[in-house]
Amino acid sequence: MPDAKVKLAFELNSEPVEVAFAPHKTLLEVLREDLGLTGTKHGCELGECGTCTVLVDGKPVLSCLVLGLACAGHRVKTVEGMAGGGSLHPLQDAFAELGAAQCGYCTPAFLLAAEALLGETARPTRDEIKQALSGNLCRCTGYLKIYEAVELAAARLRGEDAKPAPESLYGVR
Amino acid sequence: MASGKKAAVTQPAAVGRSDGQLRVVGKAIRKVDATAKVTGATRFADDLFLPRMLYAKLLRSPHPHARITGIETSKAQALPGVKAVLTGRDLPIPFGILPVSQDEHALAIDKVRFVGDPVAGIAAASEEIATAALDLIDVRYESLRPITDAEDAITHPEPRIHDYGDGGNLHKLVNLEFGDVAEGFAEADLVREDLLFFEGSTHLPMEQHAAVADWSPLPDGKLTLWSSTQTPHYVHRALAKVLELAPAKIRVVATPNGGGFGGKSDPFSHEIVVAKLAMLTGRPVKITLTREEVFYCHRGRHPTLMWVKTGVKRDGAITAMHFKSLLDGGGYGSYGVASTYYTGALQTVTYDVPRYKFQGARAFTNKPPCGPKRGHGTPQPRFALEVHLDKIAEQLEMDPAELRLKHLVPPNSLTANWLKIGSMGLGECIRRVIDGSGWRQKFRKLPPGQGIGLACSSYITGAGLPIYWNPLPHSGVQLKCDRGGGVTVFCGSTEIGQGSDSILAVLVAEILGLDPFDVAVVTGDTDLTPVDLGSYSSRVTLMTGNACIQAAERARDAIASHAARQLEVPVARVAFADRRVFDLEDPTHGLAFADAVQLAEAAQGTIGTVGSYTPAPSPGRYRGAGVGPSPAYSYSACVALVDVDPASGIVRVPRVWIAHDVGRSINATTVMGQIEGSVYMGLGEALMEEMAYRGNRNVVHKIPSLLEYKSPTTLEMCDVVTYVVQDPDPNGPFGAKECGQGPLLPVPPAVANAVYDAVGVRVDEVPITPEKVFKALRRKEKGEPARYGPATFPEIAWPEPTRVPTPWEGGDGRAVEGGGRRATEAARRP
Amino acid sequence: MLRLPSFTYLQPNTLALALRMKADAGPEGTYVAGGTDLYPNMKRRQQEPRTVISLMTIPELAGCGIRDGGCAVGPCVTLTDLCAHPAIRQHYDTVAHAAELVSTPLLRNMGTLGGNLCLDTRCNYYDQTYEWRKAIDFCMKKDGHICWVAPSSPRCWAVSSSDVAPVMVALGAEFRLVGPNGERIVPAARLYANDGINYLTKQPDEILAEVRLPPADGWDAVYHKLRRRGSFDFPVLGVAAWLKWDGRRVAAARVVLGGVASRPQEVVEAGAALTGTDLSDEAIGAATEAAYRPAKPLDNTDFDLSWRKQMTRVYVKAALEELRARRR
Repeated sequence: MPDAKVKLAFELNSEPVEVAFAPHKTLLEVLREDLGLTGTKHGCELGECGTCTVLVDGKPVLSCLVLGLACAGHRVKTVEGMAGGGSLHPLQDAFAELGAAQCGYCTPAFLLAAEALLGETARPTRDEIKQALSGNLCRCTGYLKIYEAVELAAARLRGEDAKPAPESLYGVR
Repeated sequence: MASGKKAAVTQPAAVGRSDGQLRVVGKAIRKVDATAKVTGATRFADDLFLPRMLYAKLLRSPHPHARITGIETSKAQALPGVKAVLTGRDLPIPFGILPVSQDEHALAIDKVRFVGDPVAGIAAASEEIATAALDLIDVRYESLRPITDAEDAITHPEPRIHDYGDGGNLHKLVNLEFGDVAEGFAEADLVREDLLFFEGSTHLPMEQHAAVADWSPLPDGKLTLWSSTQTPHYVHRALAKVLELAPAKIRVVATPNGGGFGGKSDPFSHEIVVAKLAMLTGRPVKITLTREEVFYCHRGRHPTLMWVKTGVKRDGAITAMHFKSLLDGGGYGSYGVASTYYTGALQTVTYDVPRYKFQGARAFTNKPPCGPKRGHGTPQPRFALEVHLDKIAEQLEMDPAELRLKHLVPPNSLTANWLKIGSMGLGECIRRVIDGSGWRQKFRKLPPGQGIGLACSSYITGAGLPIYWNPLPHSGVQLKCDRGGGVTVFCGSTEIGQGSDSILAVLVAEILGLDPFDVAVVTGDTDLTPVDLGSYSSRVTLMTGNACIQAAERARDAIASHAARQLEVPVARVAFADRRVFDLEDPTHGLAFADAVQLAEAAQGTIGTVGSYTPAPSPGRYRGAGVGPSPAYSYSACVALVDVDPASGIVRVPRVWIAHDVGRSINATTVMGQIEGSVYMGLGEALMEEMAYRGNRNVVHKIPSLLEYKSPTTLEMCDVVTYVVQDPDPNGPFGAKECGQGPLLPVPPAVANAVYDAVGVRVDEVPITPEKVFKALRRKEKGEPARYGPATFPEIAWPEPTRVPTPWEGGDGRAVEGGGRRATEAARRP
Repeated sequence: MLRLPSFTYLQPNTLALALRMKADAGPEGTYVAGGTDLYPNMKRRQQEPRTVISLMTIPELAGCGIRDGGCAVGPCVTLTDLCAHPAIRQHYDTVAHAAELVSTPLLRNMGTLGGNLCLDTRCNYYDQTYEWRKAIDFCMKKDGHICWVAPSSPRCWAVSSSDVAPVMVALGAEFRLVGPNGERIVPAARLYANDGINYLTKQPDEILAEVRLPPADGWDAVYHKLRRRGSFDFPVLGVAAWLKWDGRRVAAARVVLGGVASRPQEVVEAGAALTGTDLSDEAIGAATEAAYRPAKPLDNTDFDLSWRKQMTRVYVKAALEELRARRR
């Protein structure tokens, strides 16, 4: 029953990797089970929640519906590739600061979808953020802190010395 | 008396021995686990991979109600890669979260009770092989008539789903009367009755439940279970019972939960099955449920039909209330007995209700079991009550905000059903949302199609009683000071995303004058941490918080006594802040915290302390008084703004204003997150979430998927304007009360009341779907009652009521024999 | 975790090679583009091909450009790229709009135009796991004998749930199909059949090789979608309305409904009711009534079916009013 493994070479988090796996495995399974990168989560495996989002060639896609074999030669980025040089990515930092990660399960997916957005738009409007993240479900936060974190990170990535709004941290006084 | 006056600000239960300034508590602090969560480093249960690990799958019943007449597993056993197959006979001991409802088996033995009920378990070398083997198990069933809903359960006492309960297919009947309601209705100027329905919904955590079991072979004979559970202590007990192992031979580790909301609070079949499979195979075994299976675990909101009758004076003062609820419980007991009581317990803690009668019934039906979802049993009656009050206000031609403000329950008082209210910030909450939303300019004044609605609520800060009777603490904490200046705190509490780990760090940091990140937190591990009952009933901040404060204060006292000697100041002058221990009168005179720890350690040995917390006994002593008491009650008020398209009935909610009395905010970041998250979940229940079944097609779950079970996306979520009201409660740590569940409660009724304001139709049922609004609008056009909702409450053979005199009737919290009509001259609150 | 069954995955780089691979694989072979429709179905064992032939590595199936006054679009263009393409945005904004309403941004980064046009019909008795379908003894679309939506019916009533297909039918687009015996051009409407199982007239071994949009002149079109949420959800009703202006008069019109039948359903009477009018309220009213009558939602999608039927009136009217507003 187990299929002969196939070997695949692609770029993962800016480094070349080679990995052997059963040919019908999705990128999600290859990342988690064959490469040990469990930062990529899953909530349905049917493309209905966005929890398994990774970037392929810079675009956010559902790793549960991408075959590992289809990634040959492509660039894949997961949450493990976000922090660099011993520091959090500004998006990760803002998510942590504002409590945009509660249970943290959908967080890697939101971070990558947001990173793709900020790669295209340095100053996204609230509506653009909502649209860009409309394929990711979160059951903890009500999304509001996520929007605020994306806005905060965007400002910092633009070089601004941005701070969270007091009402965002403490409510309206 | 019921003037809505604010409770006097009480002294915090614990004040750091310092200058009285709070340095950590109340600030916006990133959570201690935030970095792990944003880097993907947090290990959830399904992220665990152990060497030689097997994968388990469960075969589930395709029948809603059937007898099992035979199971043949040999073909599955023979499939290469299959290592073990279990059936119900292998795990014959029943379990269940409540002692009164030990009605579940890890795998069904004689009977299945819903489509999805587990029947067999397989461990195999891969998930693919285990899945393939499921189809090779041959189960023979003899179909029984399924019971499709609560009313069906009443009309069909046979065939019985369980052979226990309060007769036929009724699991539980409750009948309680506090004071003479008939007399209260006679005194009223207006008596109004309403019927409402609250549809069932599920938690839908993004993480599917998962568990990994490992067995250390004999003679060790020790089982370890990692599981996405909110209640490791109760799982520990259930494993010991079903597997017949000594508790000391079981270690349960609660992995961080990828969302809980109450859905991971029961011991589950899959946890017991992987444990047994690990014991049989001698290899680690993992199970990760599919999304569909998560719907079968359920334990979510009970669909609840409600009837409420209230008498009021012309000024809106309530003279009596009678409330009936009928809960559709699904196939097993779960927390259902408690859920039933909760549908009647908290009506009295918001407004002054001098006489109160509650009748509640829970039915068994052939669907996945219902249980505790965020708000446990109280969002349903809160919806009913707040819509009912909106209608009463309209009949009295009163502003609904004024009506509520005039008749608030007094702080520091007893309710008719003997609940002890402490601090009570609801008046302040109402004023904040009224002012913030521009209520007075908007209510009944917005253009057609736009509307605004108000609702309020209250919730417990931890259940006053444990789930199984015992005199032990509800929460325990151990604390260890390292000679390097770090502190480790150990507690059985479970991080489910709500920030409970951070609460421990913040409180230790406050008392010992440290940074929260100096504190290491070890939680949710029955081998390493003292018992905490679990992350349910909004109990953690208050209960673990108080236990933690006690442990930290004991460490502080030990350290202070030795530091005082070194500093040559009286011990009362020793203060802790900024990682220093110093003289309060001369802050420059002091020493580093680490040095102070070393002094103490040199003098008396390792600095380790413990703390624990047990809630004070409740004054209610009647049968049923166990549900409702809490050390403190939180309060919320909510205003919702809606847009209703009259052509389609589609409702949009652009904005919600919410004020929540949290007593004292311990960590502002998590308080905001809990309030906003509660509004989100309340909005989903108000507009779209629904556990739907096909009663005519084998009672299958109609839509067990993330696509078809509709959960609001970024595009449905409303703006939220949040007000954090802080009315400290003497029982809370630094005055803190809950904030993780209460703010959900007022959202559905606020939306319903706003829809009425927008288009003049009452949808007395959630979710408020476009179909229902559309139908009500059609009825309005035709001149029929402009309403969509239930029409009747079925006849139920209630038991004789338990009559309990109210405090102002001179009662002592106990039930009386027979009448209970004493002291009628004192029927009003004094 | 739901996982794919094992299969052989092939990545040809020419159409000819793809056709040969399909011929070798026989009936157990299938084509795949973005995979967002096929792979979930395979995980739920609704489809169980032994060989999956990817079309994404065939350069001639990608790309988009103006040709002969119209526009030729490769079916393997992702929905995201289709929406963003300048020619589509400028001349075929309704196509872009419909594509933008498909599911989620993540899915549109993977899903293709061709995939949406060939989307398997949907039904909530069918789009379920193997175990769930077993509990209802399966249905005729897969492994069973009965259509649970209409148990006395000899046919399957699964619903066409594409957003782009109704627009293509309304626009009068054409599809180029390439098969082992050569190629053929079919009008969009003729690709579809009103049968939940055999919902495409395309033969299983044929490949949708090109989508040809008509020259963008003298006509206008809109698409309105009804669904529960602003993302994720398939249409429970789609209204594509197209018309050609002759001055202030409607020279020709087509109203096509999605989500109400097993194919995009053109309501000829609605188009006729508009032709020759100036899109007055009366004309819109007549077209709306004409569209309302044949719309036959069944109990196999989200929402109550009677409300969905009522909404055909509301949505057709809104679509036609938008067309009228766009003229000014």
